[in-house]
Amino acid sequence: MFKKNNDKNLLSIHSLYQKDPTLSILVIAFLLIIILLFSFYPGEVLTANNFQSMAFQLPELGILSLAIMITMLSGGINLSIIVTANMAGIVSAFVMTRMITESSTGSPIPIIIIAILAGWLVSILIGIFNGVVIAYIGVSPILATLGTMTLVEGISIVITKGHVVSGFPKEYQYLGNGDFLGIPVPFIIFLALALCVSILLRKTPFGLANYLIGSNETATRFSGINVKRTLVTTYALSGLFCGIASTIMTSRFNSAKAGYATSYLLITILISVLGGVDPYGGFGKIGGVVLAIFILQLVSSTFNFLGLSSHLSIAIWGLLLLITIGLRNIKSTSI
Amino acid sequence: MNNLFKKPEFYLFLIIVALVIFFSFSTDNFFTLENFVDLLISYSFLGIMAAGMLVVLISGGIDLSFTAIATIAQYVMAIIIINYSGNLVSAFLVAGIIGIFLGSINAFLIYYLNAPAMIITIATLNLFYGVTIFITRGKWIYNFPDWFNQSHNVFSFTVGETNYGISLPVILLVLVFILTHIILRYTILGRKIFAMGGNIEAARRAGFNLLSLNIFVYSYIGFLSGIGSVGQVLTLHSVQPNAIVGRELEVIAATVLGGASLAGGAGSVLGTAMGVALLAIVWNGLIIMGVSSYWHKVIIGLIIISSVSINAYNRKRNA
Repeated sequence: MFKKNNDKNLLSIHSLYQKDPTLSILVIAFLLIIILLFSFYPGEVLTANNFQSMAFQLPELGILSLAIMITMLSGGINLSIIVTANMAGIVSAFVMTRMITESSTGSPIPIIIIAILAGWLVSILIGIFNGVVIAYIGVSPILATLGTMTLVEGISIVITKGHVVSGFPKEYQYLGNGDFLGIPVPFIIFLALALCVSILLRKTPFGLANYLIGSNETATRFSGINVKRTLVTTYALSGLFCGIASTIMTSRFNSAKAGYATSYLLITILISVLGGVDPYGGFGKIGGVVLAIFILQLVSSTFNFLGLSSHLSIAIWGLLLLITIGLRNIKSTSI
Repeated sequence: MNNLFKKPEFYLFLIIVALVIFFSFSTDNFFTLENFVDLLISYSFLGIMAAGMLVVLISGGIDLSFTAIATIAQYVMAIIIINYSGNLVSAFLVAGIIGIFLGSINAFLIYYLNAPAMIITIATLNLFYGVTIFITRGKWIYNFPDWFNQSHNVFSFTVGETNYGISLPVILLVLVFILTHIILRYTILGRKIFAMGGNIEAARRAGFNLLSLNIFVYSYIGFLSGIGSVGQVLTLHSVQPNAIVGRELEVIAATVLGGASLAGGAGSVLGTAMGVALLAIVWNGLIIMGVSSYWHKVIIGLIIISSVSINAYNRKRNA
């Protein structure tokens, strides 16, 4: 705790590196990857087509990363993000497939809105449940969210009997597949959400309290901040982000299922840590996380292009996570 | 007597007794010697891994990569046994050494990278498992020599007309529980592990070598996963790439049900054994009752959440 440097010291005239080493390393890494791709695979990976498909793939992962990031900032973790997103998606899918039939006339948009809100409501409720178990009962975040993960996945399997729920109106599919002035809609949603979260974390009392709890929960409690209520809000927001991610995911796949996207859990943790979030909590910025998402998407698309086995990519993600933590540790001990 | 009621093991025992009575009266096949022998064999691997997890949790850490370690140990052991022959001792030796080696990699990473054990071991889980499946292409291995497949049963006994076998994995389980209990309760090493989990800063200032304690703890779970996985191969007569990975949560759940805390410094072998028994009984009872398998995760999830909540609530009230 003591070796943490306060890099918010804006008064001293230093280079960007000293002001925000994580962010500058990420920028350098990002540029380096682009240059490497340009020189080794000119006109193959970095094409306009690829960029657009990346902009379609990135948002769901990005929003899920935001969901895990805010809990990590508070010193906890939310291992139930993927199952929460799947559950929200299944609820939305049920509302749509049950309420819109062949014979129904008129615009499906009101029902779509109800479906989306129902999904988000469920995801918020799961988040509140996590928050209450963690803050009021005092269960460690790992255990609480592991328990929720099993329970929620179980409920999803029970209500779908393990089947895929599919067939949504095309207005709904627009949210995940459409574009506005050439920019993919999910990408716009992601950027807007990232901006909101950034403001929420930096400019509101809730954001400050969330950071403070992550760096020292006891001190935060004695400073008069309502730690319990803040944590419930944190996990409720985390749940809501899962809901938003699920809207994009189900609309892109045109289906919902209990076991989708399970490999994302590791990748979202990797993104958060890569983006400069301290795994012990208290430190980390949206800018870093957003950059980390771009880097990961770029690397992942390159893997796809090279035809790498999915198992090998998972191994590489694991290795990257270790290297990232290692590099950061070397940095923090040398300062 | 007053002390007894404060122990989580006591409540666990009551719950287990209640469940056994419930399942015995609601089904015909639950309360039979045959079912209990089967249960013991099929849950011995989980129990062995849970003993390792107990030591890790007491030390204040956590390990999610042990299932990948067990899978690697199985593959290497199988390849050596099939291609270069060997005997049972060498099978256990190979698997144990691989477990110790990969476990100490975890320990070094956790100690030197100074990050939460959970995040490090999530990374190594994916690294170990990804590389294993990439190299082996996820192939199943069946063609074990006869002597290997036949060494499962150590001795058998007959009750009435049925013949029951006491198998090697069960004996292994008992030995592992006894060994773990002795290490935790009767050795200086065990006291140090408790001390480290109770207050790591105090342990550091008391001059404990935290690196070597970490190495012991994570090699121990690696070692147990390794030898336990050989026991599993003896039971199943095959190596399956996806048979173990994904069961981390079950092992952690069993250990935590038994009173171990993720904050470290608490837990006992007796509690862990009862935690494993509880999971095994619920799972088995539900299957015999014919409850649809869709419900199993819901019920296990409910058990985990309620038991960790009760434990946390009690700890809070007593603090």
